[in-house]
Amino acid sequence: MIADDGDDGASRQLSPEETRRRVDASLRRRYRAERRFRYYGLCSVCLGVIFLVILFGTIIGNGYSAFRQGFVQLDIHFDADVIDPDGGRDPDVLSVADYSLLVKAALRELVPEVTSRGEKRELNNLVSAGAVFSLRETVMADPGILGRKRSLWLPLNSEVDLWLKAKLSGTDGDGISGRFSARQLGWLERLLADDRIELQFNTAFFTNGDSREPELAGVWGATKGSFFMLLVTLLLSFPLGVAAAIYLEEFARRSWWVDVVEVNINNLAAVPSIVFGLLGLAVFINFFGLPRSAPLVGGLVLTLMTLPVVIIASRAAIKAVPPSVREAALGIGASQMQMVFHHVLPLALPGMLTGAIIGMARALGESAPLLMIGMVAFIVDVPSGPMSPSTALPVQIYLWADSPERAFVARTSAAIMVLLAFLLVMNATAVWLRSRFERRW
Amino acid sequence: MQTMDKPQDAVASPAEAAAAPVAPVEAERVAHDTVGDVTAKNVVICVREANVYYGDTHALINVSLDIGRNEVIALIGPSGCGKSTFLRCLNRMNDTIESARVTGDFRLDGQDMYARDTDVVMLRARVGMVFQKPNPFPKSIYENVAYGARLHGLAANRAELDDIVYGSLERAGLVDEVKNRLDDPGTGLSGGQQQRLCIARTIAVNPEVILMDEPCSALDPIATARIEDLIDELSEKYAIAIVTHSMQQAARVSNRTAYFHLGRIIEVGPTDRIFTNPAHKLTEDYVTGRFG
Ligand SMILES: Nc1ncnc2c1ncn2[C@@H]1O[C@H](COP(=O)(O)OP(=O)(O)OP(=O)(O)O)[C@@H](O)[C@H]1O
Ligand SMILES: [Mg+2]
Repeated sequence: MIADDGDDGASRQLSPEETRRRVDASLRRRYRAERRFRYYGLCSVCLGVIFLVILFGTIIGNGYSAFRQGFVQLDIHFDADVIDPDGGRDPDVLSVADYSLLVKAALRELVPEVTSRGEKRELNNLVSAGAVFSLRETVMADPGILGRKRSLWLPLNSEVDLWLKAKLSGTDGDGISGRFSARQLGWLERLLADDRIELQFNTAFFTNGDSREPELAGVWGATKGSFFMLLVTLLLSFPLGVAAAIYLEEFARRSWWVDVVEVNINNLAAVPSIVFGLLGLAVFINFFGLPRSAPLVGGLVLTLMTLPVVIIASRAAIKAVPPSVREAALGIGASQMQMVFHHVLPLALPGMLTGAIIGMARALGESAPLLMIGMVAFIVDVPSGPMSPSTALPVQIYLWADSPERAFVARTSAAIMVLLAFLLVMNATAVWLRSRFERRW
Repeated sequence: MQTMDKPQDAVASPAEAAAAPVAPVEAERVAHDTVGDVTAKNVVICVREANVYYGDTHALINVSLDIGRNEVIALIGPSGCGKSTFLRCLNRMNDTIESARVTGDFRLDGQDMYARDTDVVMLRARVGMVFQKPNPFPKSIYENVAYGARLHGLAANRAELDDIVYGSLERAGLVDEVKNRLDDPGTGLSGGQQQRLCIARTIAVNPEVILMDEPCSALDPIATARIEDLIDELSEKYAIAIVTHSMQQAARVSNRTAYFHLGRIIEVGPTDRIFTNPAHKLTEDYVTGRFG
């Protein structure tokens, strides 16, 4: 049509020079926009990295000192007359014996000039109340030690621990020295000079449950609680979520009730987590009568919370599988089920794992729903299974952050580090799993 | 005419299906707007009054066509005229498209394909399909070919499965290129190789009818010639329906040709007659290249 119309056609047709000029002009504009966009991206990444560095810097800076703990070396005389006067070596007797007498005796031996009651108390206060536990353990493990002498490293009181750390790092440590009497400081200086006190790796922090004494408090109970909880969550929410997603995507015929389910799943994903806690309290504890503070209940509540996320991510992953693969499978005579399990699921699995890990990461950091089911409690024992009472890591952090003892400041940050490490391990596992599945095309 | 947008709606009972004549009804009565004879000798697939709707689009209008055993039928026509749609009806691949609604009478060996008691899986095993776009599974070459055979339990042991895989690759003209890398992903092959892999995958399950939707559109002349030889060879045992945009190919491989236009079959007849002496004006325009 245009070709017939010579005049009109020529005026509408750009000359090659003009075309090149216009392309050139627009090209420069495009490049400029591109460069600008790259800078924006770089800026936001840098900003993110800076905040991350600040975050990790402060947490590590605050928390690293909690990984070491002050210990004092005492020559304990396991006096059989004190521990087991009858000589029966009965474990019941051994476990209730007053081991603090041994500690006091050893201390007096180290600082012989102490005589008055007040002085004695000041001296005894330097050693942690938890020292007796390690003595009891030693004896229970090997009753043959009775009557003999053994040199042991026992934990210092948390205040002394703070003093020692301040002293060794050459800082004032918020005037920690002011909290001791001149006599106490003198003894400490002398013990330090004699190499009787030193900082050692704080194993208690990684093996103990919670405690009122900061030097005895550990994250193992909370870590195990979190672990059991997430195990329950993973075992329930991943299969359930994937199954629901497969059903909704592959098998359900489009109908109004599928739409209703879909809308509700999307809404559930946005419900504040504390509401799930209330639901868990009403259903799992009040109705089904499950125990309070149990990781099982926590896991169930977190499953409710995680399920919508897993379903939504899994559906997206299933939708992303190219239809040609489905057609190929069906065309060769695979049933709907075989098509899904042989072809769709393997291709969608990496995406599903991503969704699951996002949900699990959120569940790991959640403390509000646990509030309602009694997991925000002071629990000393390390849980032995999903039914025994426990707390979770974020709850532990919250409890410690709320504690008045100064030694808990560092421990709070250290617990955050443990939580982050937990998260890191979890995510690394997911990435590894995903890359394994992806390698199979 | 029956309505059967869903399999459940089909009314043909097993008894009816069994009683239905295997020989098609008279051509004049059913193929009122098609020129030529839609019936075939030794019918394997018989389609009468087929209509397909995609939502409001009426993609296939009153189509009737028979496909005989040992026959290669070429479906030609301009783009968008419903060739693929027709082909997909023959193994019920349109079931997977939610908006698609299929009505009409489709019979495979006299049995209603869309009847409630027809097993779709069995149907698709008997009526294989090679798609317009190559779609190998994201699995190894070996797995691609072995998949169908394994699915239907065609091989009793590994050796038999190997035989099936090698035989199928051989017949699809691919074995020399891939025999040293059977464990590589099928998606890593070139487009033409992928298409031949898909053909090997289809013939590995030994279907009775093979539907091919432009199988050679991505192939070079040599590979095309191989596929055409394969079609010749297969036609001794199977019925083949092939969609093609190449007149030469249609002329070379097919016994009969159906010309589609805007959802209707305009003309059906022996291939040499369609190309040398078309009866309908539209057919003539198309085969002589004057279309459009
Ligand atoms: N999934 C679908 N949804 C809606 N409309 C469709 C769908 N598939 C095909 N159609 C329509 O149906 C008509 C016939 O399509 P079909 O794919 O059968 O054409 P064709 O003859 O195979 O064309 P080509 O030669 O280009 O492959 C077209 O108008 C197309 O737009
Ligand atoms: Mg097509």
